[in-house]
Amino acid sequence: MFKRIDTLIAPLVAVAFSVLFGSIILLVFGANPIETFIRMIEYASTPRSMTLILNSATTYYFSAVAVAIGFKMNLFNIGVNGQYRLATAVAALVAGYITFPGYLGIVVIIAISMLVGAAWAGIAAWLKVARGVSEVISTIMLNFIAIGLIAYLMAPTVLGVKTAENVIGTPIIPAGNRFPGVSLPTAPIPVYGMIFLAVALGFGYWYLLNRTRFGFDLRAVGMSPTAAVASGVNVKRMTVYAMLLSGAVAGLVGLPLLLGAQYTFTVNFPGNYGFTGIAIALLGRNHPVGIAFGALLWAFLDVSAQILDLTGVPREIIVIMQGVIVLSVVIAYEVTRRVKVRRQQAAVGSAGQ
Amino acid sequence: MTAVLSILKSGASRKVKFLALFIAVLATLSLVRMWADVLDLTSRGTISAALGLAVPIGLAGLGGLWAERAGVVNIGLEGMMILGTFGAGWLGWQYGPWAGLLGAILFGLLGGGIFALATVTFGVDQIIAGTAINILGLGFAQFFAKIAFSKAPGGGPTQSPSISALPTFTFDRLSDPLVSLHGKGYFIISELAGLISGVFFRLSILTVFSAGLFAATAFILWRTPFGLRLRSVGENPHAADSLGVNVYLYKYIGVLTSGVMAALGGAFLAIAASGVYREGQTGGRGFIGLATMIFGNWRPGGTAIGAGLFGYIDALRLRDANGTAMRAIVLLGALALIVLAILAIRKKRYQVVFGLGITAAVLISWFLLTTALPREVALVAPYLATLLVLAFASQRLRPPAADGIPYRKGESK
Repeated sequence: MFKRIDTLIAPLVAVAFSVLFGSIILLVFGANPIETFIRMIEYASTPRSMTLILNSATTYYFSAVAVAIGFKMNLFNIGVNGQYRLATAVAALVAGYITFPGYLGIVVIIAISMLVGAAWAGIAAWLKVARGVSEVISTIMLNFIAIGLIAYLMAPTVLGVKTAENVIGTPIIPAGNRFPGVSLPTAPIPVYGMIFLAVALGFGYWYLLNRTRFGFDLRAVGMSPTAAVASGVNVKRMTVYAMLLSGAVAGLVGLPLLLGAQYTFTVNFPGNYGFTGIAIALLGRNHPVGIAFGALLWAFLDVSAQILDLTGVPREIIVIMQGVIVLSVVIAYEVTRRVKVRRQQAAVGSAGQ
Repeated sequence: MTAVLSILKSGASRKVKFLALFIAVLATLSLVRMWADVLDLTSRGTISAALGLAVPIGLAGLGGLWAERAGVVNIGLEGMMILGTFGAGWLGWQYGPWAGLLGAILFGLLGGGIFALATVTFGVDQIIAGTAINILGLGFAQFFAKIAFSKAPGGGPTQSPSISALPTFTFDRLSDPLVSLHGKGYFIISELAGLISGVFFRLSILTVFSAGLFAATAFILWRTPFGLRLRSVGENPHAADSLGVNVYLYKYIGVLTSGVMAALGGAFLAIAASGVYREGQTGGRGFIGLATMIFGNWRPGGTAIGAGLFGYIDALRLRDANGTAMRAIVLLGALALIVLAILAIRKKRYQVVFGLGITAAVLISWFLLTTALPREVALVAPYLATLLVLAFASQRLRPPAADGIPYRKGESK
């Protein structure tokens, strides 16, 4: 029980600190923080806003789980951005050019996305195990290479088409290849159907980590590579598997937006969900439920920020608050960890006397 | 080519080696220019543009160097650069470009200070802290830009009013005759003419200043006791501590300097390159700077060469109307790989030779089979080059030994 409370303290402190920090900025610029936050919550409680929050949270959840799989093994997948962008671009091309019978299209598109994401992450995995290249650096490089590759694929002379005035992208996806949504009562727009896939992924992730040999090995390598080797785990192979799995999940990140709302991939497709995923995985401590709360909080901040411009405060204050959350949550983790170590040492010390 | 290699292997002085390498590069450029038939490869416009594009990348790389030499991996360079562009725009449009530089320095100190607080004082994971700085830097700049520039004359929520320009130097008497010499297309001589005419054409005072920062960094970090201490903190902080070096202090100095350098790179973008602060102006240059530093083996000279190379490729991309310069880049890349492969043969590292050979063969056949290549080649080239260096030459790379490891006084690892 106390362990649970310990884990919750750091994220709560971080969020509280961020709210405090945001309030100070609001006060400096002459806005009443309490009033502002109440207006944000009111704005977020409309059916339309709630739908938007659930939709964003779905996207963030995929991204954060992709990052968390790596984190569990002390692997840093900074490359979720590149993996999902490339995967979504390829998926959009397939979905735009080919029509499939029945629901086969959706299955094929999801499979292709996951494969492309895994393949792109696989390059970083190979570089790490075969050439000893840090995955942080290689995935940053691969992110930019993916952007170049996509720009090439989307050129009108290659595969891109004109979908609207001055917009070049993939052909509009036909109805059969779209992922159907479900509507909240009285909401003008539907919730992404892929939210159910996100929930399923959460269960799958939990099961994999806690109920399988693979998950045990994964956590073992993350906690102590030397101990894992001693108990017969092939660390290199685990690195490759974890990276491939992370990349495959990353491949899903762009699909809710693509198959549920936008139906075309353009060069302007949102490109920063990967970094959001890192923040949320940290906030949620890589736990499937924690990540869900983190994703909802993040989405709430994003959506409710829309009202801020009307109150005279630039809505980018939310981005600052999000940055503060990330920074303070890792500082809080580090401080609680150190306190725990000191407590343990004290306990061991007093037991020896 | 082999003659150059043997000079490089021999015990000749560094100056001779550098000269030999320089002539070899010019000769290669010359050959590629003739073979691919692209005169613009070394024209005044290209070189001048390359220099302008190299400076912000180089300063970001220098920022990375200062932090990593003190043992802190800084992937927050992009965020610090953004803070720099904002600082330069904010003070710059009100009080002139020199005040803009001061603004960039102040905001760089702010970014570096927050990063140092997290990574040095609290000892949190440096990659995560860097990610947070990137988010924070972007948020800060966007938020305060809206407040500072929305109501300013000629400004908007995402753009500052224009900043008055800093002086630039043009040596017409030197530059103009060289341009006509370049046009003649002589072997090597034309390349040299183009290079010199480009350097002395509309040379920004900030470019000169940046070159000075590179020289100063090389001198301070490698020729002074202070530099030795700072590097020792990046190599083995516990040993440094045992010799009485204040590890935290030196890490703070490294990270703060890092923030200032990256922010100055941003200031160059705002003041010299465009004359305004604009949202999204940095366009990932902080990350290219990081790549540059790795490419340059965590050394100022190497970082400068890397920045020059990446700036050059970018300049060719911007000036390339029909894709022929991209062909030339591919050929250049292939030749570079062949040189590396020859080096690897001498070392009997055949796996590497195989990898490099295959890549070079692919590039050369791509060159031979096409007449024009997409501009995206240039977009990808810096990152691909860095990845290839990491994959095939990582044995020659030597990052600081304690790079990226959080340090706690009295807790040995």
